[in-house]
Amino acid sequence: MNVGWSFLIFLVLLLIPWVGVGVLGLQGLFAIVIPYVCFLVFVIGLIYRILNWAKSPQPFKIPTTCGQQKSLPWIKYSRLESPFNTFEVVLRMVLEVLFFRSLFRNLRADLQGKKLIYGSAKWLWLGAILFHWSFLIILIRHLRLFTNPVPSVIQFLDYMDSFIHSFGVPPVYITDILIIAGLSFLLLRRLVDAKVSYISHGSDYFPLFLILGIVITGVLMRYNLKVDVYAIKQLTLGLATFKPVVPEVKIGTIFYVHLFLVSVLAAYFPFSKLAHMIGVFFSPTRNMPNNNRADMHVNPWNYPVKHLTYAEWQERFREPMENAGIPIDEEAEKEEHEWYTIYGPNKNLNL
Amino acid sequence: MSLPKPDELISDVKLHSTPAKDWMEIKPELKKGYYLSIVEPKYLEELDLNHMGKWQPYDEKWPLPDGWQETVKEELQRRMRMNRAFKLFMDICVRCGACADKCHFFLGTGDPKNMPVLRAELVRSVIKGEFSTFGKLFGRLAGARKLDEDVIKEWFYYFYQCTECRRCSVFCPYGIDTAEITMMMREILLELGIGTDWGIKPVHNSYYIGNHVGVPPQSFRENLEFLVWEFEEITGIKIDLDKYINRKGAEIMFVPLSGDYFAEPGIYTMLGYLVLFHYLDLDVTMSPFATEGGNFGFFNSLEMAKRLHSKIYDEAKRLKVKWLMGGECGHKWRIWHQYHNTFFGPLDFLEVPKSPITGTVFEHAKSNKIIHIVEFTADLIAHGKLKLDPSRNDHLVVTFHDSCNTSRGMGIFEEPRFVLKHVCNNFVEMPENTIREKTFCCGSGSGLNAGENMEIRMRGGLPRANAVEYVHKEYGVNHLACICAIDRAALPTLLQYWVPGVEVGGLHELVANALVFEGERSRDVDLRRRPLKTPVKGVD
Amino acid sequence: MYNAGKVIVFIVVLIVFFTIPMWLNFGRVEAIPQPELPKDKAKCIESKEYMRAYHMKLLDDWRKQAIRENKHVYVAKDGEKYFINLQKTCMKCHNNKEKFCDSCHNFVVTHPDCWSCHIAPEVAEKWQ
Repeated sequence: MNVGWSFLIFLVLLLIPWVGVGVLGLQGLFAIVIPYVCFLVFVIGLIYRILNWAKSPQPFKIPTTCGQQKSLPWIKYSRLESPFNTFEVVLRMVLEVLFFRSLFRNLRADLQGKKLIYGSAKWLWLGAILFHWSFLIILIRHLRLFTNPVPSVIQFLDYMDSFIHSFGVPPVYITDILIIAGLSFLLLRRLVDAKVSYISHGSDYFPLFLILGIVITGVLMRYNLKVDVYAIKQLTLGLATFKPVVPEVKIGTIFYVHLFLVSVLAAYFPFSKLAHMIGVFFSPTRNMPNNNRADMHVNPWNYPVKHLTYAEWQERFREPMENAGIPIDEEAEKEEHEWYTIYGPNKNLNL
Repeated sequence: MSLPKPDELISDVKLHSTPAKDWMEIKPELKKGYYLSIVEPKYLEELDLNHMGKWQPYDEKWPLPDGWQETVKEELQRRMRMNRAFKLFMDICVRCGACADKCHFFLGTGDPKNMPVLRAELVRSVIKGEFSTFGKLFGRLAGARKLDEDVIKEWFYYFYQCTECRRCSVFCPYGIDTAEITMMMREILLELGIGTDWGIKPVHNSYYIGNHVGVPPQSFRENLEFLVWEFEEITGIKIDLDKYINRKGAEIMFVPLSGDYFAEPGIYTMLGYLVLFHYLDLDVTMSPFATEGGNFGFFNSLEMAKRLHSKIYDEAKRLKVKWLMGGECGHKWRIWHQYHNTFFGPLDFLEVPKSPITGTVFEHAKSNKIIHIVEFTADLIAHGKLKLDPSRNDHLVVTFHDSCNTSRGMGIFEEPRFVLKHVCNNFVEMPENTIREKTFCCGSGSGLNAGENMEIRMRGGLPRANAVEYVHKEYGVNHLACICAIDRAALPTLLQYWVPGVEVGGLHELVANALVFEGERSRDVDLRRRPLKTPVKGVD
Repeated sequence: MYNAGKVIVFIVVLIVFFTIPMWLNFGRVEAIPQPELPKDKAKCIESKEYMRAYHMKLLDDWRKQAIRENKHVYVAKDGEKYFINLQKTCMKCHNNKEKFCDSCHNFVVTHPDCWSCHIAPEVAEKWQ
């Protein structure tokens, strides 16, 4: 049901530019206004999300330690899994963000009779890596449409991506094949794996459909329903240099569908689960060092709490203590202490 | 409490199939044996907390206070304001499902709401449904729902089926830690007045008496006296307790665990500490008030955790010690390691820990001045300061259980293994995917080791027990060493159910077993009075 | 805001990353090249729109027909017949590779295979 609804929404989104450009001829709206607005929403939305997370303090240093701590000098500690300083944290984060290290650990559990069996399960990691890396390369590759002259790095990337010439003209982009493979795997897994299917919302399928839509329209444009790339670059370069023009030559509607879906993705991005792209950098279980005992972490809202003092306690247990031969501390003095609480009927602090 | 036979217990568990109904449509059904009882209101009152009167979870209608919806919403938002981790974890999950089969409660029940992702989704859905425009607009499609009484029941049921073991966090590509979410949700339940009997009574005891089990100072001393008397009976060596209790001006303050001077098999670990102190003639003292290193407050709220452990530093100040040493405990070390410095620092009145025996300065604890006794002992052994005869543990084939909190919230893996390899000859590791950072919880942590929820404990402990069963059958393992007091309390029950024939004990029990004292008496039993393989020849 | 320094650096890096075309073009953007069209011809073999989008497909089809199927006549949509030959048909009018082909191909960065076998008229001239 979730799948159906999100597919329906995707179809509606697909139809909008089809009608908007194909029937109503609103090239200006779909080529210039919507992309600009959506890009703005994307950037401002991301900044908003970042500031929103940054507004809350991380009260405690809570790295998930997946390896030996740094303690005694003769024990080798795990720099990546239990980083002790900022440099090691950066390394851990780099591996996490670029290579999905935690996901690489994935296991699969099976129950046979009353025996639990764990096996390696790297498919999810592979699918995710294929998809994310291809997406990134495709994104960078698209810079050939937004720069003039095209920097040689991007030309080189484009050349490398399309170095296989065996399948006709134009040569296939390797990333095109890989991203479709990755996305199909992620989508199929969501549909077929009972557990994953059970936890999936419509909002989990929707971005998959959206990105698949973008990829498929892009691939179609390259290999089948060809469009005038020269005119497209006139438009895209105009967008990038803030001198947008709708080219006088007609560009195929499929291009507008592609562009519109990209715009929707950009605008949807910051306000959905896709924000994990930046959220991962904020994850306190990964971006903090495991040096709690060597380096104090300050909690901005730390407050003194109500607790029983020794003097009060000793008064209560004085007699039995004396009988048991436990020394009494006569110097202990009763002291009032300042305390706050955010709980219960005596709440006196509002954080 | 009668449980079905082990084979029958999990016959209903299916890991690869899910209910036909969407999880949001499944109303919470509180199964007997899965949930904890509610504490009597007076305990909550005496701890300055809200309560909902006398009631139990099985009541049809829960006596939620007026305006509870507002309270819950306010508290949720407060916690998102106060805690970046919570806010972030509510936002960035992509439901990839990598965590799904990592939770021991899911593996033992097959209940999809025990997948970490759905456990978090129980809250995430409400946050979306109540605070997000997208969520309000698209409802179920965006995974959003409204807050109602069933949600509260569900929260109570499932956030007390999480032991905050952090195993899911290891596998999550964004490091989402369900323990954080569980902690926040239990705080919110607590603010409504929902506190469990097993979660609050120990807090009450620890607050007013000094330790979870409510052992008053005189009994504390009597229990220790019994232990050293027993030790003297076996070895002929007399340990003088006076120097260890409430003595001012010692170098080190040691904080034990109540489980270790309360019941078997923990007591042998406590004896192990005392024997070690005596062997080294260590200048160490214990406060009769701060007799609890563990912290059940942590299982209710962070504030309560701080309220219970404030006494430790007050006592360190009063007893004028230089630094602190803590016993073998799980969540205790999560808190001592990751929270104490932030709660109570800077701790300038203490000195950087330095072993008086080896001279090692524990640089890694230079700021909060507390070290783990296993770190201390490992250092001693590395410097050859202990005369050990590992053959005195030859009657045991030992495996080591990494406790969840010390593993994933501290990272102490090599020290206990180093010690273990020096005090016993037969040490076998459990299968790779069930140890170290991938270790499985005993299923009874974070305030779940009660009697009324025995079924969920046995189910949650299945993955651990399973791994033990493997080494038991394969290598004849008959003893499980651990560095967690809850393990020592919970695992014997668990193993008796799943793998009879494996005993549980702390690491320092084995250290004490292997220690060679000068002038010791001949004996043919270990400190538990189990027969030794080769009798000890002493100077009789 | 907490960890303000790091967060601001992060935001700046993100903005720079997502506005990268602006920085790459900054101070070096060139005018869009105009391919030089044959002056004396009014139409190509197919419509202008078709040629602009599909010329590579057409050339690819020609290549297959000429080399593999031994077919040498192309019938355009308007019924006119053309000899399938890049150098003798196309480049008769579009006689300057550099000013016609390359100006566009370089602009949009495509890597046509034509010139690994064929020789551009101006190159041929130079060698003759």
